[in-house]
Amino acid sequence: MGISFKRWVTNPDSWGAVASIFGFVLLWYVLTAVLRLPRFDKLPDPVAVVTAWLSPNPPDGLSIFTSVYYMDILYSVVRVLVSFALATVLGVGLGLLLGWSRVFFDYAFPLVETLRPIPPIAWIPLAVLVLPTTEMGVIFITFIAAFFATVLNTLLGVQSIDQVYFRAAKCLGSRPWDVFRHVVIPGSLPAIFTGLQVAMGVAWISLVAGEMISGQAGLGYLIYEDYSNLQFVNIVIGMLTLGLLGYGSSALVRLAGKRLMTWESRRRGVGA
Amino acid sequence: MSVRGLGPDAGPKAGPDAKAGGDISIREVTKIYDPDGIHVVAVERCSLEIAAGEFLVVVGPSGCGKTSLLNVLAGFEDLTDGEILLDGKPIAAPGRPVEPGSDRIVVFQNGALFPWKTVLENIVYGPMVQRRRELGRARQAARNLLAQVGLEGIEGSYPAELSSGVQRRVEILRALINEPRVMLLDEPFRGLDAVAKSVMHQFLLDLFERTRLTMFFITHDLDEAIFLGDRVVVMTTRPCCPKLVLQVNLPRPRDHRALGDTRFLELKRAALEAVHEEALKAFRAGERELA
Ligand SMILES: Nc1ncnc2c1ncn2[C@@H]1O[C@H](COP(=O)(O)OP(=O)(O)O)[C@@H](O)[C@H]1O
Ligand SMILES: [Mg+2]
Repeated sequence: MGISFKRWVTNPDSWGAVASIFGFVLLWYVLTAVLRLPRFDKLPDPVAVVTAWLSPNPPDGLSIFTSVYYMDILYSVVRVLVSFALATVLGVGLGLLLGWSRVFFDYAFPLVETLRPIPPIAWIPLAVLVLPTTEMGVIFITFIAAFFATVLNTLLGVQSIDQVYFRAAKCLGSRPWDVFRHVVIPGSLPAIFTGLQVAMGVAWISLVAGEMISGQAGLGYLIYEDYSNLQFVNIVIGMLTLGLLGYGSSALVRLAGKRLMTWESRRRGVGA
Repeated sequence: MSVRGLGPDAGPKAGPDAKAGGDISIREVTKIYDPDGIHVVAVERCSLEIAAGEFLVVVGPSGCGKTSLLNVLAGFEDLTDGEILLDGKPIAAPGRPVEPGSDRIVVFQNGALFPWKTVLENIVYGPMVQRRRELGRARQAARNLLAQVGLEGIEGSYPAELSSGVQRRVEILRALINEPRVMLLDEPFRGLDAVAKSVMHQFLLDLFERTRLTMFFITHDLDEAIFLGDRVVVMTTRPCCPKLVLQVNLPRPRDHRALGDTRFLELKRAALEAVHEEALKAFRAGERELA
């Protein structure tokens, strides 16, 4: 955001990123268009994908000029945002509570640890059976893993706070709520944002699983549909779009974290 | 609601302050840690009277139980036996958990400024949570304090942006603004280089001249102990109790010239002998434990 395109281009640090993307596309091109190896010949090459993606009249009906493309993006983005917001509110809340109250931890942590490893896909049947609408099912699937990632990181964040800050806060006359607000929350914020980064990534991963099975629109649904229709170019467009959206949303989470934790970015030298 | 003796902020409420005082009476205090049934007697039958406005320095071999005594005083740990009175009121007795409070504020060994708060936010933290005065006035008082010690301009900095010497001074101001009756300092200048340390000594002595707060200062640096203190208490090796009490009769206000005074050197010799004796005991005890 703050970095201009010119600075980005002239910064040697960004050349590595460009080089690796270029290398990846080149490899893709060589495998699919030049060598045409046995199992790769059905894959569309990068030129075909980009041409279709940018074409006003795409052969398979999907490009930046078609409304269906934006409908799918919109569905997916809204689902991820709703799930991520729920995961943030509930996950941070539960994580803080677990870290804050010894008693609550003893009661709830074993349950959390049992439910946490269940993969989102395994929740699909239950979600479909129990939740009244498909849409809620998809949201639930997208939410669940992001939620646990947030809970765990928030809890670890609270536990990582040096005891000396609690003692200092008490000495200075804090009541429990002051300690919560001025020590527990800011002290765990770095770990919370690590959790939210993970949660955002996991949300996109689970979203596609949820959309493939029980959705009606969205990028996951698009990929699944075009798989049955053997429209491979569209699949690759869908995959790349997912990648870009995931990258962008993670960057936004990082930016929000930086804004909220000015003290982290204003350190004096290294390890001062 | 101003810091006693500090500047023009004293206001109409100055005069005989109800909160003044700060004499501590430590009576036969014993502190035993009992982790997994292994008795660690950290402090045993330790008695000490500290007069209001006295600068008391505690020295002793490391691991002898100094911090344990301070933790009991601060209210972080309960004591096993004995009692502690602050201005005649019990603040610690066995089986009666006491809460830490802003009447006795600790300055910690490794620093405890909140890294997520700016200097100004750190200093006004106490007045803010105690709701003792309106935040605007607390901020002004904090700025005055910083200016009085020549630290203006760092209000908006985060602790990590400051040198450790400045961090220590800010932490002391954060304690001071609450008008504690006692300051409990646990090796606060450990790890600072010699120059920073001497700056800190002058800083603390200046504050002491102006406020005359009761100071309970732990160190294992004998020069520091004698230079700062009215009295130096040499503790025995674990369990901790007073072995030797030295009255430091160097005149105040003091400056670095005191370090060359013959009385200083005599006191140091006496303290050194006592500390050495205890250090040897600690060393032999360590060997016995290993054998
Ligand atoms: N929370 C605790 N539990 C058990 N033992 C402790 C605890 N805190 C300190 N000790 C032990 O008590 C003794 C005195 O420690 P401490 O008061 O920190 O000494 P000092 O501050 O003089 O170096 C040490 O042997 C230490 O291991
Ligand atoms: Mg100690």
